[in-house]
Amino acid sequence: MAQEANHAISSCMGGVRTAGDLVLRMQMTHKMKIDDAKEYVANKLGVNLEQLSDAVYMTELRDELGIGTQLPFITDANFGMETKFNISEKLGMKINSVERFKERAGIKKAELMV
Amino acid sequence: MADEKKFKTSMGDGFLVYMTEEEIRKDLAAGAADAVKRGKVSPLTDDEMEHLYNIVIMPGKVVGVEPGREVVSTNDSGSYKISSKCLISIRRDEQAAIAERVLGCDSIDIGNTDYNYKTVKGIADREASTMRMALQKTTMPLFYGAMTNLGFYTKPDGPVENWSMLLPEGRIEEAMEAQEEAIEHAVRDIEFVAEQIYKAGGDGMNFDTTGAAGDADFLAALKATEVIKEKYPDLAIEIGMAGEFVLGMHGKLEYDGKRLAGMYVHDQVKMAEKAGASIFGAVVNTNCNKSFPWNIARVCTFIKACTEVAEIPVHANVGMGVCAIPMNEILHTDIVSKVDKALIEICNIDGL
Repeated sequence: MAQEANHAISSCMGGVRTAGDLVLRMQMTHKMKIDDAKEYVANKLGVNLEQLSDAVYMTELRDELGIGTQLPFITDANFGMETKFNISEKLGMKINSVERFKERAGIKKAELMV
Repeated sequence: MADEKKFKTSMGDGFLVYMTEEEIRKDLAAGAADAVKRGKVSPLTDDEMEHLYNIVIMPGKVVGVEPGREVVSTNDSGSYKISSKCLISIRRDEQAAIAERVLGCDSIDIGNTDYNYKTVKGIADREASTMRMALQKTTMPLFYGAMTNLGFYTKPDGPVENWSMLLPEGRIEEAMEAQEEAIEHAVRDIEFVAEQIYKAGGDGMNFDTTGAAGDADFLAALKATEVIKEKYPDLAIEIGMAGEFVLGMHGKLEYDGKRLAGMYVHDQVKMAEKAGASIFGAVVNTNCNKSFPWNIARVCTFIKACTEVAEIPVHANVGMGVCAIPMNEILHTDIVSKVDKALIEICNIDGL
């Protein structure tokens, strides 16, 4: 089996199954340690730390917020780039691919990101 | 008299071995002592050694971290391992989506199978196109990954003299100059690739197996980080190392007034911080001839010393042959998960 799956099962947040992608974004952009990053994301989403790692709870919430789930097969579910527009807004952060998308689509000039 | 109970564990090459409690504890102590001696770092506490022993003997095909202590993952998969290793013909952008919605990854990197920046420079716009396609269909952050791999800049394939040929001939000064020249080439190549990836919308760059060619290789990654963070401050950079110890192929190179040759993990992370890296990928090499208990105790001793001084997130590298993961393409799930549990619960790492 893929080692990535091994790690995801035993010790990782599982990405879009919970909020692993969001926590990692805070490490990447703000160099936050794991506990600080989890707390930041939890506060922004209005959940507690237990809920943040709860795949069932987070799937419901992520679907509601339009920030992507593991199974985006419902017609109304957000998917791919669409989810990152909403993540950018919910976490209060710029995401490079969203800014480039806006620029290329003529939605607005890409802003200098911080 | 009944035989003493033996616990199933593994050697550093992945093959099974059965050890008694006494043998396990002896190897744990020896592995930890080796790290203390080499790295001049503090030993693990008695409680930590006991916790480590309990992790080693835990039954089950998979063990897990305490709920709430989950971390996040980055990697050097290059989004090509499903196709290149499993021979399932899928494009890399689709493999990135599989990593996200099938494997449960928190991120993945796009990378070329010839995983080094010198090679990628010539096809950087194509690589950026793959990155753009992957970004369209994924939610999680995507890195572009490759190795600094300074050795690729030597003749006959590269532009500079081969220091591995010069050193045995005693041509020390020429070998040092060749490495210094190679650094400049590597930094330019990495900067060029980073520009393409940034314009494509990539979230970050992964400098993988940094220091594999020694201290000059490490310095190239540090300098490239400085340059990229100056031009694209929002582009995250992960510096993942090649080993717990920086080889002194040059020997006199310094960064921030400190000699790079001979640096262990807890000093390496401070260099990465100074350069502006977002995440540090800590590595301790696995010794194939030693047991899993010996390796994991040594790893935890080194990595704990690193996380204690780190001000940026530390992702312990847990691929084949590093951080007590056996040197084998096929791995036992219990050993992999025990490595994770030990690194998280004893070393307080921020990711894998």
